[in-house]
Amino acid sequence: MQTILAVTDPEFWIVNLGAWLTGWFEPAWRPWIQALLQAAALVGGFATLFAVTTILERKGLGRIQNRPGPNRVGPFGLLQPAADGIKMLTKEDIVPARADKIVHFLAPIVMLAPVTLAFAVIPYGREMTPMPLDAGLLFFFAVGAGSELAAFMAGWSSRNKYSLLGAIRAIAQMISFELPLVLSTVAVVMMAGSLSLVEIARRQAEYVSFVPQWHILTPWGLAGFLTFFTAALAESNRSPFDLPEGESEIIGGFMTEYSGFKYAIFFMAEYFGMFAVSSLAVVLFLGAWSAPLPGLQFIPSYVWFGIKLMGLLFVFIWLRGTLPRLRADQLMSFCWKLLLPMALINIGVAAGWHYSRDWSFPAAWGCRWFLGLAGVGLPFMGLAWGLRRRRGWGPRVYRYAE
Amino acid sequence: MWGQGIIKGLRVTARNFFGSYFHKSRLVTVEYPEQKRPTPENNRNFPFLVYDGDDPEKGLRCVACKICEKECPPQCIYIVPEKDERGRPRKHPHLFDIDISVCMSCQICVEVCPFDAIKMDQEYELSRSNRFEGLLLHKRDLAKPNAYYRQIHPTEASLVDAELEQARQQQAAKEKPAAGATAGPGQPPQ
Repeated sequence: MQTILAVTDPEFWIVNLGAWLTGWFEPAWRPWIQALLQAAALVGGFATLFAVTTILERKGLGRIQNRPGPNRVGPFGLLQPAADGIKMLTKEDIVPARADKIVHFLAPIVMLAPVTLAFAVIPYGREMTPMPLDAGLLFFFAVGAGSELAAFMAGWSSRNKYSLLGAIRAIAQMISFELPLVLSTVAVVMMAGSLSLVEIARRQAEYVSFVPQWHILTPWGLAGFLTFFTAALAESNRSPFDLPEGESEIIGGFMTEYSGFKYAIFFMAEYFGMFAVSSLAVVLFLGAWSAPLPGLQFIPSYVWFGIKLMGLLFVFIWLRGTLPRLRADQLMSFCWKLLLPMALINIGVAAGWHYSRDWSFPAAWGCRWFLGLAGVGLPFMGLAWGLRRRRGWGPRVYRYAE
Repeated sequence: MWGQGIIKGLRVTARNFFGSYFHKSRLVTVEYPEQKRPTPENNRNFPFLVYDGDDPEKGLRCVACKICEKECPPQCIYIVPEKDERGRPRKHPHLFDIDISVCMSCQICVEVCPFDAIKMDQEYELSRSNRFEGLLLHKRDLAKPNAYYRQIHPTEASLVDAELEQARQQQAAKEKPAAGATAGPGQPPQ
């Protein structure tokens, strides 16, 4: 830990609590104890957020559908997550007789571990990064890619056609959407000149007069955020891209043959993935832990991070309550024909924004904005128009099935 | 085409979300065990026995004529008439059981009853822990006051009451010249 924090900073106490606790142990043990403490705090914190999000999601979806949502357990149904947890823990764990037992058992663990690792590199507040890696972004995507393997392990080991179909869908979708997800962050890396999430966050915490330097407040940042968010929806298997589990089509996808606590772990991994990728969106585009106005800096940085994260989670839930599921071919053409070209074009726009930094003629600012918006807007409209004209969004033509 | 549809959809769901906190009329859910919808007047499920006055035993209109027992298509009614000391039937049921696991709610017993003694109930919370004994309703469970009948089927009940009152008056008028001062006891309808 660097010691840039002053005693008056609210982060000081949280950061130094860890140092104080580890101070009781032998110096050789301290790094291990510290890592353990950080892991415990992360897992505990996000498990709590998981419980809170499930009840918020069920309540929010209820309200969207003009229902009151769960309201039986505890006041306003607030103890519903506890009831869900007890139910999941006490349910029978059914393993298919012909399943590959070991892989079937390992899949949920392999699913949960990488997303939990990915939490380590996120800067949750000023000087509050559990593992401030120089290549934090790279680490995030590298470990995040492990969940694809887990999905296929689950689908293959279940020996069930629906599981396998779900796993195939999951693999196709996650690998396809990984590309726009990563490419939309390239612009951020170019502008920040660093792969370190701490550095990216710190650069956005500066203000020009009163305007924060968040990346979303630039044309390329806005387009990048939208691309990133859409890809993140697909990457975390959330509606409208929840094809891998599409209940109405393939029962539960790769989770069909899972029950009890293993299913709960899959569920948890899905939510953890959503938290991780939302945290990354907050760090890359929404200014991480910085306050939106200089005058609001008295609110602790981690509170700002939490507010932004909850806001993004609300959008996730809102979208789930709004959009119906895509068809598999629509999903693929959406990814490869719209999102991926947009992510690539956005890199060019970001480069243009970077090199026009020194323009000093009158109305240079407006000119940059106009060019930037045109640079992302026109290709988007063109691509959307072209996709609509060509086949792809129209009704599906069955050549052999009739 | 350029995503306006998504924005439009998000607007609709946002209006539902926030609207449901401000307009109670949006939340149409009837939270059942606490709130109940009023049943429509013509709703019916299983028969019950009407009694006049306050005593469910003495006031029963049923005379144990067994017409309903004979007419009941699934034969869910079981009646044993009360006998006096000499073994003659007393125009009063000793046992009156209805097996509501068999009853098909056809209302034929109500149609055939000449004494307006059996009517259809609206009570629907009938779950029991025992499916044999629990669903066999006895005379004690079936007897309900006329006031209850007026409450659940007001239109029908007032017609029935008027008819009974008319019949009673006719009876009284017939008995007056015959028996002179000794008028029949005839319980007044509730």
